[in-house]
Amino acid sequence: MMSEKQIRQETSENDGFENKNSGLWTQNLTVGYDRIPLIRDVELHVHPGEILTLIGPNGSGKSTILKTITKQLSKIAGTIYVEGTPADKLKDSEISKQLSMVMTERLRTELMTGREVVASGRYPYTGKLGILSEEDWKKVDEAIELVNAKEVAEQDFRRISDGQRQRLMLARAICQDTQILVLDEPTSYLDMGFKLDILANIRRLAREKNIAIIMSLHELDLVSKISDTVACVKGDKIDRIGTPEEIFTGDYIQKLYGVDEMSFDPVTGQVFLHVEKKAPEVFVIGGGGSGIAVYQKLQRKQIPFAAGILQENDVEFAAARALGSEVVSEKAFSSIGMDKVEKAKQLIDSCHSCICAVDEFGPQNEACLNLKEYAQEKGKLMYSV
Amino acid sequence: MKKRYIISFGLFIVLLAGLFLWNVGVGSVEMSFSDFLGLFAKNTDNPTLYQIVWKIRLPRIVAAILLGGALSVSGFLLQSFFQNPIAGPYVLGISSGAKLVVALTMIFLLEKGIMISSFGMVAAAFVGSLLAMGFVLLISFRVSRMSLLVVCGIMIGYICSAITDFCVTFASDSNIVNLHNWSMGSFSGMTWDNIRIMTVLVGVTVVVTFFLAKPIGAYQMGESYARNLGVNVKALRIGLILLSSLLSACVTAFAGPISFVGIAVPHLVKLATGTAKPIVLIPGCFLCGAVVTLFCDGIARTVFAPTELSISSVTAVFLVPVVIAAMLRKQKL
Repeated sequence: MMSEKQIRQETSENDGFENKNSGLWTQNLTVGYDRIPLIRDVELHVHPGEILTLIGPNGSGKSTILKTITKQLSKIAGTIYVEGTPADKLKDSEISKQLSMVMTERLRTELMTGREVVASGRYPYTGKLGILSEEDWKKVDEAIELVNAKEVAEQDFRRISDGQRQRLMLARAICQDTQILVLDEPTSYLDMGFKLDILANIRRLAREKNIAIIMSLHELDLVSKISDTVACVKGDKIDRIGTPEEIFTGDYIQKLYGVDEMSFDPVTGQVFLHVEKKAPEVFVIGGGGSGIAVYQKLQRKQIPFAAGILQENDVEFAAARALGSEVVSEKAFSSIGMDKVEKAKQLIDSCHSCICAVDEFGPQNEACLNLKEYAQEKGKLMYSV
Repeated sequence: MKKRYIISFGLFIVLLAGLFLWNVGVGSVEMSFSDFLGLFAKNTDNPTLYQIVWKIRLPRIVAAILLGGALSVSGFLLQSFFQNPIAGPYVLGISSGAKLVVALTMIFLLEKGIMISSFGMVAAAFVGSLLAMGFVLLISFRVSRMSLLVVCGIMIGYICSAITDFCVTFASDSNIVNLHNWSMGSFSGMTWDNIRIMTVLVGVTVVVTFFLAKPIGAYQMGESYARNLGVNVKALRIGLILLSSLLSACVTAFAGPISFVGIAVPHLVKLATGTAKPIVLIPGCFLCGAVVTLFCDGIARTVFAPTELSISSVTAVFLVPVVIAAMLRKQKL
């Protein structure tokens, strides 16, 4: 066990970059239920102003980690440092001024307006009878303003929609005025608009108020846009930790979630349903994103298809590869070779029809125009599915 | 402070004052209006009436006020603790547990020729309350559905009542007649000595409860959020159990088990004030509980005077509809 002095010395040596006196830091943390370890050696450090996101499949233990940090579960081993002090040495009332949370558990209310729910965040700062001062109410209203929930603030909390409710829960955590914020799946049950809005608020909060935020998230496409650090929970450990760029490369994410390689495109964040690869019945001439809608429609109708001719850096390449039975492709930034055109023509011959999704042709996709004419000659060209 | 709170509290106080005067004025012994005024003028030309009012009616009224208030606050605490709108000292079997231990203690001591003091009664009732509460808690760890908890509480209540009846039936002493009256629930036979003890106990407990309004408010929203706000949840839970048991023990010791006041009054207060905040509800429940109990006791002793109804029969008639309405309202949300 290091003394605080030692820690401080170490910090100064690290030039403040690994500043262990601020934010949230876990050391050798082991978490689990009923003293049975679930995840061992959790080493996370959330700096002020930054967002750390936990990802991993359902049941991997993201919530267990967050519940342990918020002291709803007792830890099995290790230390949690809150602003540089081990959490064990802090009283609950002291932690309440340094760490706030929004968990998946519903807040139970009776006859409370949204504003009163937000006001409960001021609890640690009120006196014996819990009566809020002018100042407290000002902070409550500021927080409501910040999350754009003013219009529902006076309604009964139980009748407010999930999205607005989540905004109010965030406002409640904001007006608790803490340096650390823990969020367990803050976007679940929300529609896309509210999802983006809540995440934008969270991002802004971290930067503007210099708050250290740790959260779990399921929307992989949003994770890389909002997080400074991503920690992947798998098996009994934090499997990998790094910047989104480090995590979302190669086939790591597919492995993390145990899905096949074709189901997720780490570059665009697109996900694809699994399809059986059968002999193609339709050939799709695509490129530049124009084919995606056609691929999806064919996949919904369960018609196997082939696609081409796509350069490997084409936006729809990943979609075509995931959904199509066969893809005729050319290397990135290269002009299409004659061998590829021949291959595509053979495929058109084997299919009963051909769909051309491309409207515009130029020097880059001359080969596709060539294919279109070929299909027309053969009487196989169609314009829609 | 909201206008609605002031109006509600004003209403409770006006009702309480009205009921107080009504309860002084009516009873098996008729009283004319001039007699009534005479009581205030220290006019002692009717000493019997003066004695009746001073020695019988007033202690009974004060007891109904204090114990009715205590019962309602106890009900509110239990509803907060179990997060269950139909929890109350009677339905959870806590009153019956207290009744059983008090009856056993009384019979045991009467056999030996010892009269039990009112303080001893409270102590016995407190032990009984805690025992029944312990049972309910054990069950509450095992059942997740709150309706089941209430069913179990009612069962516990029946068992305790059955054992009490059994003991009362076979007890030898003639004093047992009193015990029988008491075990049905009644405010009759209160003395000023009783009142003194009850004032101290109920007063202290309700004031302590009032100062727990802040953590109770946080606890109402859910355990994990309360903990995150710095509430010592374990200590608060123990506090809630002790306070609610003490309050219902006090009631049972002096007046026997009284049904439905504990469940229904918190709902009436929420309806009147439009809030569930403990800081409003605790004093509100005390006042409204006093109003309801005083009203029901007045009915109990006047409707078929000189025969007295048991207080629980009256409370059941007036308060069961309130409980049912509250449950239906809860269902809608």
